[in-house]
Amino acid sequence: MVKIEDYIPIVGESVIDDLKLIAERLKGKAVQHINSTAVGGGVAEILNRMVPLLQELGIDTRWDVIKGGEQFFEVTKKFHNALHGRPAEINKADFDIFLETGARNIAELNTNADIVFVHDPQPITLINKRKENKWLWRCHIDISEPNQKVWTFLREFVIKYDAAVFSAPGFSQKLPIRQALISPSIDPLSDKNKELPQEVIDAVLRKYEIPKDKPIVTQISRFDRLKDPLGVIEAYLQVKKYNDCRLVLAGGGATDDPEGVKVYEEVREKAKTDKDIHILLLSQNDIEINALQRASSVIVQKSLREGFGLTVAEALWKAKPVVATNTGGIPLQIKHKYSGLLCHSAEGAAFAIKQFLNSPEYAKRLGENGRENIRNNFLLTRHLKDYILLFLSLYYSKDVVYL
Amino acid sequence: MADLIKAKEPFKFYTRLSLSELTGLRAANLGQLLGIIGELPIASIYHHTHRFLQQHQYLSPEPPNDFAYWVSQILGEDELGELLASIDTMQFFDINSLRDKIIQTIEIYLKENPTASLRFAREGDEFHFIKSVSFILPTKYTACDLKEFSEVLRKIAIDSIYFHIFEARLRLEKRTNDFSNWIENSLGNKRLADKITQMDPYTRTLDDLRKTLIQVIDKEISV
Repeated sequence: MVKIEDYIPIVGESVIDDLKLIAERLKGKAVQHINSTAVGGGVAEILNRMVPLLQELGIDTRWDVIKGGEQFFEVTKKFHNALHGRPAEINKADFDIFLETGARNIAELNTNADIVFVHDPQPITLINKRKENKWLWRCHIDISEPNQKVWTFLREFVIKYDAAVFSAPGFSQKLPIRQALISPSIDPLSDKNKELPQEVIDAVLRKYEIPKDKPIVTQISRFDRLKDPLGVIEAYLQVKKYNDCRLVLAGGGATDDPEGVKVYEEVREKAKTDKDIHILLLSQNDIEINALQRASSVIVQKSLREGFGLTVAEALWKAKPVVATNTGGIPLQIKHKYSGLLCHSAEGAAFAIKQFLNSPEYAKRLGENGRENIRNNFLLTRHLKDYILLFLSLYYSKDVVYL
Repeated sequence: MADLIKAKEPFKFYTRLSLSELTGLRAANLGQLLGIIGELPIASIYHHTHRFLQQHQYLSPEPPNDFAYWVSQILGEDELGELLASIDTMQFFDINSLRDKIIQTIEIYLKENPTASLRFAREGDEFHFIKSVSFILPTKYTACDLKEFSEVLRKIAIDSIYFHIFEARLRLEKRTNDFSNWIENSLGNKRLADKITQMDPYTRTLDDLRKTLIQVIDKEISV
């Protein structure tokens, strides 16, 4: 199991010292995380890494999961899409199902910790059980343009919390409670991000029959229109007129998503005339994703919409030059021309990819700047620091706090 | 090397960690930006004029403030962006004076360039106002003379150096940085204190600042 000390070679001893220092100030306080699933999905992934580290830092932390049936999760999936601004048919029966499951969880779940930290909309109604303790609501999704019917319904619960937490400034809403800005993070010691020996990288390239004879341009994303894989191919074809290179489009999750299967087929159709385009349908294999990113000369993330876009952080952590669209949390990770290149179109992406392929020194410098930006701002240790400060902030009202 | 002077009072190193809070306020053009800046809490002006220093500590030799960055990169008003980026923060001893200077700079520019007020940010590119909540706490490090001081500077978190140089002077309104204050009043070395006061920390990365401080102090020790 990973220990907090294992992060010292990556972030420095002083960062870990600071974490220990602030964690001490929370002595005697119990923290309880509550979400809707113990496995799968980004929230469970981050809690799995974070909870043991918080405990190691001496913070009495536990993690509980609410119960819900198939109908409940169908409704919450609809809510999720609606909060993302996608069209969704939601009626009174859906709200009733949501409230009924919420009431059952209120009856069954013990929420006596000093700080109750509720993640995402599924367990949001638990706030009705609030006593004298402190309550936080963490929104992990992009609600910059939410469906108003769903948001108005949820807002009534949100405003009963002590504070809400959002991942990007654009996701915040007008609320009468405090709102913290806490970006998600990547774990530099996870399989997806740890250093890999060259043999492992080469073995993955061999497995997928990707020769190393030309620079590789890669986008890692599921086959989803919002990730614009067809736009990436368009950009690649424009680059290819001047720079001989390969394109790798790798991602998973198409088989259980009818729309995904369609997008995947369209991508294959568009790619079939060019043997240097490699379309890889991956099962969840973090080492392979890590290896493909490390084998690439340029990483692209041409999303039309993005929650936060942690694939950008993963690529930058590997000091790769990244071309990405200016959307969601991406501009927080990339300052244009400092730590990567931002674009708005296939033409812009093509131009930026060519710049990187033709100026390796420039590409290297931006990649290295990007890595330092991730080291300072988007690693798990920063996330831990923000959460501990957030817990402490519940007990102070001023903007300058002497601990 | 002369004998090192022992301080009347040891220097206690503090550190400062910050949490960003969203205000829910946003601006899409210069008029809105100006209006909101006038009413913002001090913690938000501080955030937008100092955040860059800590978040981009290795790569930005001359960190622009967030207002300057947005005005030039999003609204395309390069000249105003340059004027805002080059505001000499060292000339101000409290955040409200700095706020007044920012407001005055935008107002003069709008008077001279009235069409600038017609430029709007694209949807999603608005300026979001954020504030910094600072948590200040003592570290385990202290120094009784310049040698110990230099040794601590080499290993202490960059957040601590940031706190004593930037936050103490401007946000806590101490008029000078903590290092110069201690060197002058506890070690009686006004010349060295002045040398550190005269450095413009806003035009260096934090890493460079640490190196320069160590160099200046080591030079003093070796005299």
